[in-house]
This record gives sequence, C-alpha cells and structure tokens, in this order.
Amino acid sequence: MTINHYHYLRPEIVPMLASDDLFAKAEQQPTRYSYAEAILELGEKNSKVVVLDADVSKSIKTSAFADKFPDRSFNFGVAEQNMMAAAAGMATTGLIPFATTYAVFASMRALDMVRNSIHYPQLNVKIAASHGGITPGPDGVTHQGQEDLSIIRAIANSTIIAPADPPTTKLAVWAAAEYVGPVYLSFTRDPVPAIFDLNYPFKIGKAVTIRDGNDATIIALRDLVVQSLVAAEHLSAKGLNVRVIDCHTLKPLDVETVLAAAVETGAIVTAENNMFYGGLGSAVAEVLVENNPIPMKRIGVRDTFAESGPYLDLLDKYGLSAKHIAAAVEEVIARKKNTKKRIA
Amino acid sequence: MSPKPMSVKELEQMAVIIRCDIIDMICTAAAGHPGGSLSAADVVTALYFRVMRIDPKNPGWPDRDRFILSKGHACPVWYAALAERGYFDKSHLKTLRRMGSILQGHPDMRKTPGIDMTAGSLGHGLPAGLGMALSGKLQQKDYHVFVVIGDGESQEGSIWEASMAAPRFKLDNLTAILDYNHLQNDDSVDDIMPIHPAVDKWQAFGWHVIDIDGHNMAQVVAALEEAKSHQGTPTMIVANTVKGKGVSYMENVCEWHGKAPCQEEADQALEELRRCVT
Repeated sequence: MTINHYHYLRPEIVPMLASDDLFAKAEQQPTRYSYAEAILELGEKNSKVVVLDADVSKSIKTSAFADKFPDRSFNFGVAEQNMMAAAAGMATTGLIPFATTYAVFASMRALDMVRNSIHYPQLNVKIAASHGGITPGPDGVTHQGQEDLSIIRAIANSTIIAPADPPTTKLAVWAAAEYVGPVYLSFTRDPVPAIFDLNYPFKIGKAVTIRDGNDATIIALRDLVVQSLVAAEHLSAKGLNVRVIDCHTLKPLDVETVLAAAVETGAIVTAENNMFYGGLGSAVAEVLVENNPIPMKRIGVRDTFAESGPYLDLLDKYGLSAKHIAAAVEEVIARKKNTKKRIA
Repeated sequence: MSPKPMSVKELEQMAVIIRCDIIDMICTAAAGHPGGSLSAADVVTALYFRVMRIDPKNPGWPDRDRFILSKGHACPVWYAALAERGYFDKSHLKTLRRMGSILQGHPDMRKTPGIDMTAGSLGHGLPAGLGMALSGKLQQKDYHVFVVIGDGESQEGSIWEASMAAPRFKLDNLTAILDYNHLQNDDSVDDIMPIHPAVDKWQAFGWHVIDIDGHNMAQVVAALEEAKSHQGTPTMIVANTVKGKGVSYMENVCEWHGKAPCQEEADQALEELRRCVT
C-alpha cells in the first residue's frame, strides 16, 4: 500500500495502521476533551456561546470554560431535564447553548425535553454528549450510551454528528456552532488516536472518503473509523482493496456518497459503536434497500448490554473491533461474488 | 406600543370576554381543555392587558416580557388573550385544532404569533422560562419572564429541578404563577398526589411566595406587580383558583378538564358569563 490510497490521514498514522501498537504509539485523547478545548476557543470568538453543565464538567473538562467565562457557564447540578429545557429557553433569546452531559442522560433522562422543547420548535441548542457507545469502559452499562444515536435519529429534523478523532471533534463543534438549529454531538470517554488534522474538510452532512478501494466499502462513525482503517489495512495484505468512509454526520445521511460506494464497490459494511438497530447500519440499510440492495453487513452492539472493562477489550468482546469489521468485509465480498455467479 | 394599561374593572370585563372566547373556540373545535383555561383566565388577562411590557405588532421584540403557559393544554386562554390583544385576527380562534390552523392543540411557537415557547409536555415551561431569565441576566436586559404552571403539573420532577435552580441563580426576573385549581385529569390533586403545602414548599426552596385569590383581579394585579419589582429571588404566586371558573356546571367538576361543551352547553355558559358584566 502506498500513502496515495489515503486522504486526510496524518502521514505518521498510515504505517501504524498495519501494526498492533497503534493505540500505544499514536497521539490520542478522549474526544470529550477535544470538545472542551473547542468550546473554550469558541468562547473567545463568539460571546453568544454559553455552556450548560449537569455536574460532569470536571469529567468533560468544560470546567475550563467555566473558569475562563464564569458568566457564560451554568451548572445545573444533577438535573438534566431542567438543563435541556433551560437551554431551549436560552436559545429563544439568541444565545447558543451547549448543553453538556453524558449520552445516556442527554438522550434518555432528558429525551422529552430534547424532543418537545428543542427539536419540535427547532431551537438553536447544541447537545454535547460524552460517553457515547460502550466506550465508557470501566464505568459499566449505566454510563454506556449505546442507544443515543438511534434514539435521537428518530426525532424529526435532528442533526447528529459523531466525529472520529480529536481534531475532527473540534471541527465538528465549530461547525455545529455555525449551524442554526439543534445539533446532537457525540464524544468518547476513552482516548482515540488523532488520525486527522485540522485541515480535514469537515462539512455537516458530507461524508468523507478517507481510503480508496473498489472491492467493498466500510462506512463508519466516531471511534470505529480508526478500527475500520485498521481492518482495511489488514485486508490489503489479502489483496482486498477496501474503501473507508468517515460518516461523521449520521443525520442527515450523505446518501449520494453511500450510493456511489454501493455502485462502485458493490458491498458495504457499516461500523458503529452503538446499538445495531436504528443507527448508522439502519440508516445505510434503508438507503440501500430502497435504491440498490447490494450485500451489506452491520457492525454494532448486537442487542445486548455490555459490561465494565478496558475500552479495547470491550470493543473486541462485543464484536466492534478491526478484526470483526474485516471479517464482515470478507463476508460481504464473498456474497457479492456469489450473487454475480448466480446472475451469470 | 401599548394602549393604556387597563383598570381592574376593565380587566374584569376583559376576563369575561376571554372566558367567552374560550367556550366558543372549544365548542367549535369540539375538543380542548376548558376547565384549566377558565381557571387561569384572570391571571392571563392581567398579564396581557396590564402587567407585561409587550408589543403585539412586534411579537419577537427582544426586550419584551415573556410569557409561557407551562400547562400548555390550557392554550385556549392564551390564544384568546393574544387574539384580543391584537397579535392575530380573532377569526383564527374558530380554527383551533383544525388542519392547517395557526392554533395547534398545544402551543407551537413556530405557528402562532406571540407564543414565546412551545408547550404541552408538562414540566417544560418553568425550566424554559428559567433559561430565558438567565439569558436576560447575562445579556443585561430588563425583561421579565412569567410562567403559569399547573398544580397537577407540579407533580413533574422537572418543576422542582427548576424550583431549586431559580433561587440559586437569583432570578428575580422570573415569576411563576401556580394555577392552584385542585383538579387534574384523573381526579383531585389532593387525592392523586398532593402538592400541599404549596406555599411552604416554594418558600423552603427560596422563592418569594405570594398567596392570593386567583380570581380577585385586584389581588392578581397587585401580586404580579409586586413580583415584577421584587428583587433578589424569583417570585411564586400561588393563585388559588376554581377549575371551570365562571361556568356553573364546570366549576370544580373534574370531567371538564378535557371535554368540550356541546352547543347547548356552550350557549348556557356564554349566557352565564355575560350576565357577570351586564
């Protein structure tokens, strides 16, 4: 493989993809911290930006925003419903509130507020949700937001962004602040490698092809983007040329890019650290089944709760790591070949 | 901007007109919530025709006082007040709950001029009003936020989250009015899940509490004006009210929480109401 197969990746990342020590060597941090950095910079530039917390500001590090902009920081205590509806009220006056908590609380504890007081009136609230997926490894199931993407996707007019790494998380936060309307942002509790840099062409709703290939396509979001790159790199040793798409915006889905991948590669695997109902896998399947039903497989949390454990071990145990993605790709490529044989 | 604020006498007359509008529109729609609309009518009338700084010709005026009917199902009272105040033509009242109407079954801020916050799911309006009041403080604007909450609604936990937060943030630009009519959808509030003693509860949470007869217009006006000038803490006006107030067969009858009068019943109601002003 040459570097030309990749787009926007940091050059030093590419050789690490084939080795086993990517997570040991690469520069990395939890994307919740990248959110906190981005909001701090945003606070300087935009006086309309306010940050609302619910007693996890030290965990997410939005406490730094509170230190720097005490007047524009509001800690609601352990009261997510109040925080979300208050964010809605603030947005009616022209402020841009970032309501910050963990995914399980943002999407479930306060869901009624998120639906009825934020999305129904389409108020300009940004919901910043850390601890997405089963990544809050050691915290266990109560703090593992494995349904939020599916739940928020079911709400009309929702926009959902789940950036892959620290730099694109910052770009996502800044893009969300520019966008007028509700945006749900998803971050990781655990560290993920910085695979891109700030020159990444981040645009809400526009998926990015980050690795070229024609044998199959992996469409991934958030922390499974890097796992998908590792999977693709391993498959290249078997002579398979796999496209990888960073689908950072789950909704609105970039249908054009998905359908182009379907036509050009003929087989698709989706990869998300989220329940495999209603999230990215479902979104892509809906588009394919109505337009071009090619072989497809979903990588996601398969209708189970996870458990406490180290991040990478959990990905492995629950079928979300690079080896599972690679196996799924081989499966869809085999199905693609069988289909062709049948037709012939 | 605003016509001369109404006298108590004029407000009493306007409240009758608004009650008649409520009966008319719910009867025409053949659905809606008359009981809780009628109980809140005096408070809402006082707000829109005397207390609030508003401009019906400019509903989005950034410096306006805000109003939220947190108990959104009682929106006929809100729609009637907005129509009578000139936010939109009164002919819209006949379209309540119809397809394509600007007047939804529960308030929609994107469809109705003058609606400051979408409401309907209970327990949202007080937190949303708290957010508006926080914005006012941050942006150094002197508008006041008024929120009417229900007594049944006060069983929602989010009401108490907001009740804790408002004194914490020293929101003296926020006033809540409890429409304490003692009835909810299923039965009496006291039987289902009492909020008694309401005055003590909000006092203990750090609110300035004013206990009034919510149908005595002089008391209503005095309490709202006191709340608007009170400093340091938010104000809770516990407005003791009668569900279905003004219509004899609806008063204190739980069934009229969410039932529309037929034409005959509506005619009787209108006759009773008009008798009060003549």
